[in-house]
Amino acid sequence: MLKLPIYLDNSSTTPVDPRVLEAMIPYYTEHFGNAASRSHPFGWSAEDAVDHAREQVARLINATEKEIIFTSGATEGDNLAMKGVFDMYSRKGNHIITVTTEHKAVLDTGKHIEKMGGEVTYLKVDNQGNIDLKELEAAITDKTILVSIMYANNEMGTIHPIREIADIVHKKGALLFTDATQAVGKIPVDVIADGIDLMTFTAHKMYGPKGVGALYVRRKNPRVKVTAQLDGGGHERGMRSGTLNVPGIVGFGKAAELAMQEMHQDAERLSALRDKLENALLGLEEAYVNGNPNSRLPHLTNISFKYVEGEGLMMAFKDIAVSSGSACTSASLEPSYVLKALGLGDDLAHSSIRFSLGRFTTEEQIDFTIDHVKTAVTKLREMSPLWEMFKEGIDLDTIEWAEH
Amino acid sequence: MAYSKKVLEHYENPRNVGSMDAKKQEVGTGLVGAPECGDVMRLQIEVDPETHVIKDAKFKTFGCGSAIASSSLATEWLKNKTIDEAMTIDNMDIVEELALPPVKIHCSVLAEDAIKAAIQDYRKKNGLPELELEAKIVH
Repeated sequence: MLKLPIYLDNSSTTPVDPRVLEAMIPYYTEHFGNAASRSHPFGWSAEDAVDHAREQVARLINATEKEIIFTSGATEGDNLAMKGVFDMYSRKGNHIITVTTEHKAVLDTGKHIEKMGGEVTYLKVDNQGNIDLKELEAAITDKTILVSIMYANNEMGTIHPIREIADIVHKKGALLFTDATQAVGKIPVDVIADGIDLMTFTAHKMYGPKGVGALYVRRKNPRVKVTAQLDGGGHERGMRSGTLNVPGIVGFGKAAELAMQEMHQDAERLSALRDKLENALLGLEEAYVNGNPNSRLPHLTNISFKYVEGEGLMMAFKDIAVSSGSACTSASLEPSYVLKALGLGDDLAHSSIRFSLGRFTTEEQIDFTIDHVKTAVTKLREMSPLWEMFKEGIDLDTIEWAEH
Repeated sequence: MAYSKKVLEHYENPRNVGSMDAKKQEVGTGLVGAPECGDVMRLQIEVDPETHVIKDAKFKTFGCGSAIASSSLATEWLKNKTIDEAMTIDNMDIVEELALPPVKIHCSVLAEDAIKAAIQDYRKKNGLPELELEAKIVH
């Protein structure tokens, strides 16, 4: 029997893989020591476990152990990378470049930096979420210290050409930071080949626990430094104080090891399921895929069902868990700023649904989802005055709407 | 966000979904909201020209569950009221009946606007004096 509801919101968070949980449990009970306790075996075994996890995490992204700073998650990594570079390199310049479709943790950190006297340029994207590399190059000045561009977008899955971006950034003497939260563990990410100087990612998007992440800080060619944003005991080579979340880190390490072994087969299987879902849903009239179909994450699709509203639609999805770029989910009346940045028009942005698959998604679940979504969209369209107008051939742009 | 039972009930079983012929003399149509804002309601009434009693009401709504429930409820309330009685329906009555949270109050305002717009349309078509509608400002 198919167990309901079906979880298709893996870009928000993933379940912990049972193998990960199994690895973690002893570090809550038996080996509960503080990894900073150097004077007894409890501390030693915790430290050994952290060292091992650090190797596992480093290996996944082709880094060395000393380049991994454990954090509480990707948001902390975004803050530490951006504020830390801004503080550390203030003598060189005060200019940072980022993109309008970044995660709030990057955009709001950018705003904070502006208040601290920094200058931030926000690059625009085209209708698939791509940046213009020439625009990036032109935006870099001799005051530019950091370019912050996410590896893959969380809402529509568009993957940015990080290698080409890195070449441009380095040619101009700036550093490249990437928020790779959605990419690491899902697609191959190699900090050496990709030319990344700083990178944040998190365990709970790759079948690890919540509350633990990492910031990669390059140590060679060039050696990158960040100013600590948390003062205290000087953990993580002075860059991030605070007692290490040992069980979480152990789980992160195990999740990274499993991702290395299984990422390719997961991606292959999930992209086939994603394509099946997408093709079936595009069979509905007036359904459009958002993002770049030629460069995107394998497990995600973002579809706008025109003439139905996203939140109303999600309410009809009683048996599937997805997310929407619609206004109402954010408790503000604004639809997704990411989809608006694509120039989609608010009506399409309001009508978008993100389906994100994961390691535990089955074909049976996808088949169920296809039927469920088709029924819901059809039901809501029958109730939609916009759909009726569309069907009658009325151009909605000619109507003078009472904006409220 | 959790929805109230009443919102869910209207959403699951919306009353009076449909369309009337907007050209007919005894039909009044109110179309309010905008696609950009994420909700559009179309509310239609069919009025007895002798008694000005609303004989039937229909709606179609593009919007969230609360917007659909608000318009569904409005059509229920409109039936068998005179157009003057219908003018007294206040958005806060809808808020109360459906237990809408503050973030969804705009849905009830939209429903009230739709009722008034439909009545106004009917009045215009039938040579009745137009009413002065005051806009409720919520956004």
